[in-house]
Amino acid sequence: MRVDLTQIQRWILKQSKVLDLGCGDGEFLAQLRDSHSTQGLGLEIDPDNITQALSRGIDVVEQNMDAGLGNFPDHSFDVVVMAHALQVLHYPDKVLDEMLRIGRRGIVTFPNFAHWRCRLHLGTRGRMPVSKFLPHNWYDTPNIHFCTVRDFEALCAQKGIIIQQREMVGDGVISNVLARIRPNLFATTAIYHISR
Amino acid sequence: MDSVGLVEQHSVTFAGPLALACGSGLNDFSLVYETYGELNPQADNAILICHALSGHHHAAGFHSPDDTKPGWWDNCIGPGKPIDTNRFFVVAVNNLGGCHGSTGPSSINPETGDLWGPTFPQIQVCDWVASQALLADHLGISCWAAVVGGSLGGMQAMQWSVQYPDRIRYCLVIASALDLSAQNIAFNEIARQAIQADPEFHGGYYQSHQTNPAQGLALARMVGHVTYLSDDAMAQKFGRDIRSGSLAANSDDAIEFQVESYLRYQGSQFSTNFDANTYILMTRALDYFDLAANWNGDPVAAFATTQAQFLVVSFSTDWRFPPRRSVEITNALIAADRPVSYAEIEANEGHDAFLLPIPRYHAVLSAYLQRIEVGSV
Repeated sequence: MRVDLTQIQRWILKQSKVLDLGCGDGEFLAQLRDSHSTQGLGLEIDPDNITQALSRGIDVVEQNMDAGLGNFPDHSFDVVVMAHALQVLHYPDKVLDEMLRIGRRGIVTFPNFAHWRCRLHLGTRGRMPVSKFLPHNWYDTPNIHFCTVRDFEALCAQKGIIIQQREMVGDGVISNVLARIRPNLFATTAIYHISR
Repeated sequence: MDSVGLVEQHSVTFAGPLALACGSGLNDFSLVYETYGELNPQADNAILICHALSGHHHAAGFHSPDDTKPGWWDNCIGPGKPIDTNRFFVVAVNNLGGCHGSTGPSSINPETGDLWGPTFPQIQVCDWVASQALLADHLGISCWAAVVGGSLGGMQAMQWSVQYPDRIRYCLVIASALDLSAQNIAFNEIARQAIQADPEFHGGYYQSHQTNPAQGLALARMVGHVTYLSDDAMAQKFGRDIRSGSLAANSDDAIEFQVESYLRYQGSQFSTNFDANTYILMTRALDYFDLAANWNGDPVAAFATTQAQFLVVSFSTDWRFPPRRSVEITNALIAADRPVSYAEIEANEGHDAFLLPIPRYHAVLSAYLQRIEVGSV
């Protein structure tokens, strides 16, 4: 399982109700169900992922987050998770608000665009970074709203969103340590536990 | 071999009375049904298939080796198919008021000894569900593993979830809606008018006049059929192809487009094997259906009383029961905090898609049905 998902698990209480925005093939919700006895629901738009999630016994609703989440009542979930989806949304700021309306708490992970490799790529080559983590060209990338650790925390401050916990992940043992010391430079993935 | 093979229909008669939503009751009525697969000793592997407007109990397999066509949902029901008869015991029933063997307008009214005809009571979806519950009792099924239906069948599946919450574990609602739209009702009324305006209809007493409103029934079917297809599907299937005649100047040949010929054929086929009073009854049952009627029109309150888990499926080009109607069902279930999955299948075929073996559709059904735990057969 992806490292950000392993981290998220630690923040989720047993038997909680979890909404997973962009649940992919349902692996994470299935794991949570087995380890934490959670009651999960996933949102997904990719047909193959939906079938996969269904075959894992996960409930999944075909719905595009960008079209809104108004069909979910206030505080209807304990926690709303959005892993590696923030950067593909048309209105990431609005979805953040919606997460904390629907869930008592939210968990967000995203690739940190201020990672030193990105900076080096852009700084020395003058071209948009393409890497193992961000393997797309600028013109065909689904990632349309990149942000950095600092950008995200600034948005939270502006919106009055409380950062309960955060975890920074690098791409190796050493960089994991460095990521904790200088997140915006060394974290490849940022993981936030947020609330109102 | 993925067919259930040769099947035979069964019939069961109930003494009644069955109290109907319209206020009257029904005595001595029969239901015909078919079953596929085996009921396990725990009787926890039974799936009920509810049919749509013109469907019946022959959902899979063949009645004789000479049959050219299998049952109406044969592509979905059978060994290894989405509704897998290796795991499930599948029950398909002809609804009350039907014309394929269950008691209906073309049956004899035991009290008068005459044909029911137009005096047959107006059956509603909740009455069908009540009669299906009697069939379940008869078969020793206290709780369905799942109730599955498309279109009007999906309405029955939903009705099961509110009418007998503890007798249904999974509810599969395909290309359906919480109620009919004004446009839906309008099309049904055009169909009924076509039948009733046929001089052979005789106010519904055509059988005692030894006749049949075939023209009207054919016309009703033609209207219905157009609403089951998408614009794209019709363009693809027929386009503007001309079957006979010519658009050229000075041509004396009458022009017949392929689509005209197709619709006429469908209509006339239908008029030979369907009963006009049944068609009127079934369309009215559709019109009157309102899942939330007993909850002040609030489907969230209705679903809050259910215990089943739901799968809702829609098809992108279905304009009779468009995806947004399925989204209404899904959202009501979400708001009622009930377990639900929803998939919108990209399909070109309009409402008819729910009967077709579209790969993603069947993959979704197969994947979902895996979660139903059943004892071994």
